[in-house]
This record gives sequence, structure tokens and C-alpha cells, in this order.
Amino acid sequence: MSLILSAFVCGLLFGLGLIVSQMVNPAKVLGFLDIVGHWDPSLAFVMGGAVAVSALGTLIARRRGVPVLAPRLEIPTRRDLDARLIGGAALFGIGWGLVGLCPGPALTAIIFGPWQVVAFVSAMVAGMALFQAVPSNWARMTMPRRSAEVLDDA
Amino acid sequence: MENFTPVSALIGGLLIGTSTALFLVLNGRIAGISGILGGLIPPERGQVGWRVAFLAGMFIAPLAYVAFGGVLPAVVLEVPLPVLALAGLIVGFGTRLGAGCTSGHGVCGVGRGSPRSLAATAVFMVTAIATVFITHHVIGV
Repeated sequence: MSLILSAFVCGLLFGLGLIVSQMVNPAKVLGFLDIVGHWDPSLAFVMGGAVAVSALGTLIARRRGVPVLAPRLEIPTRRDLDARLIGGAALFGIGWGLVGLCPGPALTAIIFGPWQVVAFVSAMVAGMALFQAVPSNWARMTMPRRSAEVLDDA
Repeated sequence: MENFTPVSALIGGLLIGTSTALFLVLNGRIAGISGILGGLIPPERGQVGWRVAFLAGMFIAPLAYVAFGGVLPAVVLEVPLPVLALAGLIVGFGTRLGAGCTSGHGVCGVGRGSPRSLAATAVFMVTAIATVFITHHVIGV
């Protein structure tokens, strides 16, 4: 039960951060990605602040060794770069650049944004389902063990 | 740089970082949104509750913000439906294939110095910037 409550609070904080920083606004995100237009560096400040606290959290979590509420830390351990990682990231960047929405802001804005956000999230969920439906012999070729995939799940 | 909002950006970033730090220290997990949502498609036994709770927190965030007197930012999105659909599909598929998005790789992974996340973040930043350059300045959408 406490695991559920803490997940809820973390989701709430995450959403509030996206709202306060205006990252829920695709126009704001595109303002950062458009480096030759009227460049808006705000996203770099969001990432900077988030990465700094996230790094501190990793340090504390690793020093404790065991999470407060769960039996063990589930931190991805792989360090190798493969075609899946790079290809997936490249695809994600193209979709992000086309619209200015990534998964977090899209989900946070779904209840107060325009209908376009709902359309985007529907397609995103379909894309995730498509990934699951793809025959495992090509997309998951480099990932033979199920456990490795779970650990890699960022 | 007329739209630059460094203070609210930094405060928002600190909130996001606090969320990911708390989630790791308390639940022992990476707060990667594509992974949290993707883990529900299809639902995995015993892993549904916390995922739904996290997403519920995100859905409630705008209501909580308004309840405490905040004014929600504009969500400006003027993209034709076919482009929205294509982009959504690519984002959903790509984040699962690459095992992460701006949060899992960009915030959490970079925060712990993961070489995979650093590479993924560099790649999606470059393709996103290139996509915006092409759509806004080359073909002029």
C-alpha cells in the first residue's frame, strides 16, 4: 500500500514539475529544439535542475543499498550500446521534434490540453502496443533474456 | 530569447528531480514515464498498482495545481491530425525500442551517468533538433 501511495506522490510531483516549468506546452519545447529560431533555453534549465536532484537521489539510494519501501533497487546495469537503443532514441527524437510532446508532458496535459493531446497519446499507446506485437525475432533479437529487458526498462 | 523563463524552469526541474529521487530511494525504481506506461501494455502481474498510481498522480497534478491557486500554462499544439498520429506512433514505438524517453534516459539515466542513457539522450536531442530544423526552416510547415 505504501508503495502505491509513494508512486502516486511521485507522479504528482512529476506532473507539477512539468506544469510549473511549462514543459506541458509543446510550443515551449519546440522553442528549445528550434536552435536557429527565437531560441528559448528554458528546457536546459529544467533538465539541469532535474538531473542534479536525480543524481543526488541515485547517490542516496546506492549508499542505502536497499530502498525504503521495496526489497531491492531496480537500477539498469547494462552499459553496452546497441542498435535497438540508438534506433529507438533516434525514432523517439523525430516524433518529439514533429510535435513537441514526449510521454510525460503528454500524459500530464491530457485532461486540460486541447484534443490534439488526446490524439497524440492514443497514437503513442498504439505505438507501444505495436512494439509489443512486433515478432520478437527482429526487435528483440539483441535482447535474449526477459530479465535483461526488465532491468533495462527506463 | 523573449520567451525564456529560467526561474520557473529551474523550479519545475527541481520538482521533477525530486520526484525521480524519491521514487528511487522509496520504491527503488527509475521514474521513466515511457517505461511506467509501457509496462501496462500489456499489464504485467503484480506490477500494475504502482504504475497506475504514478500515472494517476500525473493526471491529478493539473487539478492540484489549480486547487492551490495556480494558473495552468497554455498548451499550444497546432499540428494536423496525420502528423500527430505519426508522431505519437513513433514516440510510443521508439521509446519502447530504445527503453526510455526524456525522463528515464534524460533525467534518471544521465543523473546516474549511465553510458546508454547519455548516448540515447544525445541521439534523441540531435534527431529532435534536426526534425524541427527541417520542418520549420527547410520545408516550412
